Amino acid sequence: MTTTPILPKLVGQRVKRREDPRLIQGRATYVDDVTLPGMQHLFFKRSDIAHGRIRRIDASAAQAMEGVEAVFTGAEIAELLGPMPIGTPYSSPAHRAVAVDVVRYVGDPVAVVVARDRYVARDAADAIVVDYEPLPAVVDPELAMKGQPTVIHPEFPNNLAVALVPSGTGVDAAGKVDDSAIDKAFAAAEVVISQRMVNQRLAPCAIEPRGVVAHYELGKGSMTIWSSTQNPHILRTFIAALNGLGQDQVRAIAPEVGGGFGSKINIYAEDYVASAISKRLGVPVKWIEDRSEAFVATTHGRDILGYVDLAAKRDGTVLGLKLRLIADVGAYNMLLTAAIPTLTLLMANATYRIPAVRATLTEVFTNKTPTDAYRGAGRPEATYFVERAMDMLAQELKMDPADVRRRNFIQPHEFPFTTQTGAVYDSGDYEKALNTALEAAGWDRLKAERDAARAQGRLVGLGLSMYVEVCGLGPSSSLPTGGWEHGQVTIERDGRISATTGASPHGQGNETTFAQMLADQFGVPIEHVTIHHGDTAVVKQGVGTFGSRSQAVGGTALHMAGGKVKTKMARFAAALLEAHEADLVFENGRIAVKGAPASAKSFAEVAAFAYVPVPLPEGLEPGLSEEAFFEPANNTYPFGCHISMIEIDRDTGEPTLLKLVAVDDAGNLINPLIVEGQIHGGLAQGIGQALVEEVVYGEDGQLLTGSFMDYALPRATDFPRFELHGCVTPTPVNPLGAKGVGEAGTLGSTPCVVAAAVDALSGFGVRHIDLMLRPEKLWRIIHGGQA
Amino acid sequence: MSDATRRTIAFTLNGRRVTADVKTHETILEVLQRDFGLFGARESCGQGLCGCCTLLVDGTAVSGCLYLAAFAAGAELVTVEGLARGDELHPIQRAFVEKSGFQCGFCTPGFILMTAELLSRHPRPTNEEIRHYLSGNLCRCAAYPDIIEAVKRAAELQADRT
Ligand code: FES
Ligand code: FES
Repeated sequence: MTTTPILPKLVGQRVKRREDPRLIQGRATYVDDVTLPGMQHLFFKRSDIAHGRIRRIDASAAQAMEGVEAVFTGAEIAELLGPMPIGTPYSSPAHRAVAVDVVRYVGDPVAVVVARDRYVARDAADAIVVDYEPLPAVVDPELAMKGQPTVIHPEFPNNLAVALVPSGTGVDAAGKVDDSAIDKAFAAAEVVISQRMVNQRLAPCAIEPRGVVAHYELGKGSMTIWSSTQNPHILRTFIAALNGLGQDQVRAIAPEVGGGFGSKINIYAEDYVASAISKRLGVPVKWIEDRSEAFVATTHGRDILGYVDLAAKRDGTVLGLKLRLIADVGAYNMLLTAAIPTLTLLMANATYRIPAVRATLTEVFTNKTPTDAYRGAGRPEATYFVERAMDMLAQELKMDPADVRRRNFIQPHEFPFTTQTGAVYDSGDYEKALNTALEAAGWDRLKAERDAARAQGRLVGLGLSMYVEVCGLGPSSSLPTGGWEHGQVTIERDGRISATTGASPHGQGNETTFAQMLADQFGVPIEHVTIHHGDTAVVKQGVGTFGSRSQAVGGTALHMAGGKVKTKMARFAAALLEAHEADLVFENGRIAVKGAPASAKSFAEVAAFAYVPVPLPEGLEPGLSEEAFFEPANNTYPFGCHISMIEIDRDTGEPTLLKLVAVDDAGNLINPLIVEGQIHGGLAQGIGQALVEEVVYGEDGQLLTGSFMDYALPRATDFPRFELHGCVTPTPVNPLGAKGVGEAGTLGSTPCVVAAAVDALSGFGVRHIDLMLRPEKLWRIIHGGQA
Repeated sequence: MSDATRRTIAFTLNGRRVTADVKTHETILEVLQRDFGLFGARESCGQGLCGCCTLLVDGTAVSGCLYLAAFAAGAELVTVEGLARGDELHPIQRAFVEKSGFQCGFCTPGFILMTAELLSRHPRPTNEEIRHYLSGNLCRCAAYPDIIEAVKRAAELQADRT
């Protein structure tokens, strides 16, 4: 592996984003802006009941409407498309893009209208009559596990999507379980903390809804598909496969994408249906999700129930952890549905040296929208369960929450550290992160402030949370899509640099960070570098943007490709300058001989020579374009510490966040400005989970939070300015030393805000409050009712 | 030919007199996109709850997703595309870039136009006024702290300009 250090020039600087000018002027092109001649519009008729058998669909009135091109029922779509593929090794019920005989959640598509415009399409969908035989619905996963009151997929008894995955101490590769170590740990315990905890269901709510334009060109036999996706290459793979086309016959384009947060990893029913209908009818078709549709049709996140038992000695030393997880995955398996909760298993050790861990996972079908990745994806859940348990331990032992953690940290010299659940943490210094946060927040001063406020009768509390997460996904052994990333760097004839990356951004600013890296690598101005992404016709190969992997994996691929071109360019330069390659330096737009600055050629001159090489240096091909696939040997494990202070209004139960301090260690940073933006966003979503966000279903499976009226997103008014601090522990996993930061903010923030609320209400004898912290719940605690 | 479902309306769009043939049920957002190729105001919720579709009508920020096109007759409309003068960004745009008040940028035009209304009414806004004006705009990338900084910076830049 190459370990050439990157020169500290633009890398590490707060370079303004190159994406900004087009975004700030409304000049960016999103999928909804794509209009093609003859384009038709799709509208999906969706189930308005949670579970039922389709007796009959009458689409005759819809078909007869002026402007309606066609109506397809589930059975008709099933003739065009096989079941939707999944990307995990778990067995899965056949999932039809449009339901054929049974609907299994509110929002399950039952028919598709193709029409001249979206008004006609919607009116026609309203005119379709579906006659259902209602079936009982189940929304409580613990009931569903008993097969009560219904079984959603007959081939999955008791609704067990994944019956039981054991992990941790004494579990061998074949899944055989030896409980002696964990039993011993609990037998030796002087104190045991036990708590059932809910990590609630959330809606990702990317502010740009999903959308797709599919155009199958009859004469060419090829398809172009624009989709608001995080991973155009994976989209291409699956769209081609389900339409019976080759990879070479499908071009997938992710235009500007307005946020994803994990929800745009999936290849959705609408993507498949649009492509199949375009192919069938030979016309371009468009579908744009509306917001209420997004609440049912786009995957949800989280929704894991945890039964946590923590065994410890009275000095705070943790002896063992049992974590029994029940994930409510909704009605079907989507691309990564089954895999997301396994990340909770993987991260059960958190930042601690826990000698014995027994974690088990059961995944359960219910009559709800399927879950899948949402920012953090499995890791916030693990953090939440373990950190809340550590707080309860501290409370039980009357220890400072910082001290109980400090006593159990994995120490810096122990890395790489293999956890009881099989993660290999790359590098870390958890105590440093904790100390940095305590100092930055002024922990002791805050405690005094809290106590003073309490003395006046105010309900003020402090919370602290550590976190470690798994990022930089790969390697390929852990991702059926491949865990690598691809980069290509071309020095053009005029000396400018074009680069392509498979890491397809949607707000992460990769056009800037990658250009910073390449500008430094070649010693040229950043203005001379263009980063292309998001179009499989331009970007040869790619995996995509998720799992905080763009910089760590995608950035490294580009750095490697850049290294290859640089080596070749040096050979051309050496020929021109009659010098040794090893004596050349690339800087200030020139390639010069070390120690003889007068002997130099401009970058453009060498580039021009490489394309008209007369004479061609021996052993070289003309041109300057190289590519690289980077396959990481391991994941990266960023970590940090979040601290919050909140106040709860005694009369209304309304919580107010007074302070949030975050210390995040993501290894080396390319652009702190962009990193801070990512952390801000993650923190707001994590705090949103604690304070305002929750997807709620009625017992009949009706979604009660189907618009921005009922599902709250954090607003500008909700938070104080976050105080961000960093520390830097580079990863050895890639030559950049970068770990990834896109999801970090969601990890520590949720538990630290809950901890602060519990602390604020400690006078009322509470030790845990389930998510989310509704004012009503807090008011009941204050006023003596049931939480 | 008279058709009760259509009208031709005239209005001022980013400083130019224009006309449009609109259906009575169409929103101004649809007309801006379809007839004028302006995509800066865009739909996210379609229910007046997010602010992504904000434009200025006679100086007041409105939700374009709910504002019927027919109501725009005779009015003066400004969209985010109408703020820059050639290559020179509007001070509010400059402030948003300077303070990095966005990530994916989908919500940003709405925040910028809401800021324009705010600053036209409160050239030196208090924190409370800023928060009040921005409370109807959602940003899922949650660039809020930087957005608030950007609004303050925009107020300074505008004060310098006048
Ligand atoms: S799209 Fe108009 S307010 Fe949301
Ligand atoms: S910048 Fe993405 S929603 Fe605001």
